[in-house]
Amino acid sequence: MEHLTWTGALAPLNLFLALAIGVLAIAVMAQILVSFLSTSGARAVYADGTLDANKGLSGFLGMIVQHAFVATVGVALLYLVAGIVMGPSAGIIGGMSRRLLPVWAALLVTFALSVAFKRKLGLYGKLFDSTVGMIGFGLVMFWVYAGLFGGAFDWVTTHDTLSQYSGMKNKAPGTPLRGAEDGEYMWFLLGGDNLARDVFSRLFDGAWVVIKIAPFATLFAFMVGITLGLPAGYYGGRLDIFLSFLANLILAFPVILLFYLLVTPEIVLTGIPNYMALVLFVFPLVFLAILLNSRFYTQPGFRTPLLIVVLGFGAWFYLSLVSTDGAVVSTPTYAIPGLPVFLDGFDIDPNLLVVFVSVVFVNAPTVFRIVRGLAMDIKTRDYVAAAQTRGEGPWYIMLWEILPNARGPLIVDFCLRIGYTTILLGTLGFFGLGLSSESPDWGTTINAGRRLLSIYPHAAIAPAVSLLTLVLGLNLLADGLREESLRD
Amino acid sequence: MGLFILRRLGVMLVTALCLTFIVFWLTNLYPNLEKLAKTQGNFRMSDEAVTSYLGNRGYLEPLPVKFAQWLGVAPGWVTQKEDGTATGRCFSADVPVEDRRNFCGVLQGDWGQSTVFKEDVSVIVATRLALTGKLMIWVLILMVPMALLIGVLAGMREGTKLDRSLSTVSIMSTATPEYVSGVIFIAVFTSSAFGLKWFKGSATSAMENATFENFFLPVLTISLYGMGYIARMTRASMAEVMTAQYIRTARLKGVSFGNIVMKHALRNALIAPFTVIMLQIPWLLNGVVIVETLFNYKGFGWVLVQAASNNDIELLLAVSVVSVFVVLLTQLISDVGYVFLNPRIRIS
Repeated sequence: MEHLTWTGALAPLNLFLALAIGVLAIAVMAQILVSFLSTSGARAVYADGTLDANKGLSGFLGMIVQHAFVATVGVALLYLVAGIVMGPSAGIIGGMSRRLLPVWAALLVTFALSVAFKRKLGLYGKLFDSTVGMIGFGLVMFWVYAGLFGGAFDWVTTHDTLSQYSGMKNKAPGTPLRGAEDGEYMWFLLGGDNLARDVFSRLFDGAWVVIKIAPFATLFAFMVGITLGLPAGYYGGRLDIFLSFLANLILAFPVILLFYLLVTPEIVLTGIPNYMALVLFVFPLVFLAILLNSRFYTQPGFRTPLLIVVLGFGAWFYLSLVSTDGAVVSTPTYAIPGLPVFLDGFDIDPNLLVVFVSVVFVNAPTVFRIVRGLAMDIKTRDYVAAAQTRGEGPWYIMLWEILPNARGPLIVDFCLRIGYTTILLGTLGFFGLGLSSESPDWGTTINAGRRLLSIYPHAAIAPAVSLLTLVLGLNLLADGLREESLRD
Repeated sequence: MGLFILRRLGVMLVTALCLTFIVFWLTNLYPNLEKLAKTQGNFRMSDEAVTSYLGNRGYLEPLPVKFAQWLGVAPGWVTQKEDGTATGRCFSADVPVEDRRNFCGVLQGDWGQSTVFKEDVSVIVATRLALTGKLMIWVLILMVPMALLIGVLAGMREGTKLDRSLSTVSIMSTATPEYVSGVIFIAVFTSSAFGLKWFKGSATSAMENATFENFFLPVLTISLYGMGYIARMTRASMAEVMTAQYIRTARLKGVSFGNIVMKHALRNALIAPFTVIMLQIPWLLNGVVIVETLFNYKGFGWVLVQAASNNDIELLLAVSVVSVFVVLLTQLISDVGYVFLNPRIRIS
């Protein structure tokens, strides 16, 4: 087996790509320079009423930029499409593209369906009117599908992520696997790391860790922030002062110091993360209960069964989440019994739990502040006064009048915050806190790869670039959402 | 104004006290103390040995008492040994009895001893803070003008190509945490794999002698992540000012665009970024910890990592006091500065 190059048989295309990128870069630079001089195009009006638009220099440059951009994207797509067909003979990129086939298919279906039905999909559909939003959404969904198909289903990954292959230590991308047997994938597409494991497979397994934790941690932080922020903003007074002081207290902590204090094996032994989980995870339950009760309390016949079903399921979920091996908190000296083992739906690794809890803990105060500010602003509106006059209860007003009207900024912040949570998870991994040192998540991989950075950079660069694209995608998505939600 | 500052200072003190108490509590949990005893003594200590080690050093007293001792409002612990000598928090065995002090805590200016570095905590924190101060000054020198320039240029004419490209740059920079950009910079500019050996991948030599070659990459890495956010805030503020009535009036009077931007818009547009910059400084602390670890620059962030990973209680407390005060002071300055800079609030 020969060593793979980046583009393999498609190498002649490289020239075109370089050309397209070069033209694009020069044209964009020229465009920026021209935009300093305000030259709006001249427009000639003829006697018969027709207009002749002369777009001027900036229009001409705009045309070049557009064509160069289309050419660049086209050539890049060609690499990927040819890669799907040709596989590894189209080089490393081709090989990766072939492995990522399920991801491409899922992305294509998502985009086709969304664009086809975009008028019926509300804010989500409007996202497909903005280029920035679409690029962001594409990047995010790429990693979501990559995490799902790579980490959960093992369709993308080529090798086992924990086993070490002899002779593959620190090998460059595209190195053929020494002594590959039949049925084994024959290359390490992105090379081997310092323990001779496959970087490519670990990358996509690591994506799954992020996709698994970040959105849920952000969701929990939002539940906590909303449940506490709404009353603080709506009632004000002592409650507000007290909760704001607590929020500021947590915010005044340098994040890294907090992580270093909370996410250690010693703290896990004391059971503090379990207590924090007990408190923090109850908020979604409280939120749901108040949400449904405030809406339906006038119809007890409907409300009571609904609450029993929802809260029953929620409570089971909550208890499964917090209890491990039949105990809610279990330290060497004492244990608080929880859900018995036969009822326990799933167990969470204590290391994962402490990471999850501390990320929620760090994010919740910021969400609290945002929700509080929004609630203070919205409670002065006429529709809130109308609801008060109708005699609605305070929680109905908070959850069914104020919250829906605060959704725009909250959705945007949700996207940004998932990105921030991803960065926090990476930080934890970078300092070797929480997750085990074998974990394939991006932060841990960067930490492992940084020691040999000046000789073998590939092992650390792959996760670094992945994290960058995911967070960039989330930022662009938030930007697109903000633009579209401001439009109406 | 004076009352406002006084009240803020009061809240600050309460917050700092609460936070240090939390740090104190977390570092004094028994498993942490056990780890401390084992790293300081030896790893195969029996449970009794650990208890006597901790007991002799005053670690097993009740938490509020220990905290009061650390603060300097309660007399320090004294342990009588079997041979008649005594050691205490405030003195060692060879200090004559009449010279022994009762109180030694933060209020007396005594920050204690570091168990890792075997040195006075105040000395360590002072030297390391000076090193980090050097880093921070260069970061601010690079970051603030760059962010303001990008923000002002982008917000000056909203919606133009210039605005879009600069906004993309600032989004990119907010999406790149320090450990990502640092790794990429080191790989591209210092590794033999890419062949560009323009800079040094380690900033250890910059502690004594900072040059462009060994100091630029760490400074750039920290500045880049903070820059995007400040630039976006500046852009928003500038764009808002540019649509104001008085700008249109100036335009209609025939003032040139350059003059409008420089003389009319800029001063009002820079009020909001000032607060953002001040509030960004505590966030830089995060970056400092990451970058100092990545580039092996032994400053304040490096000390934080060392203290936290070895459970060096008194050093960690000093570090957290300093960082909490940085956070609270910058908040105070930003509030006071906002009132001071904004004529609408200052005059009324």
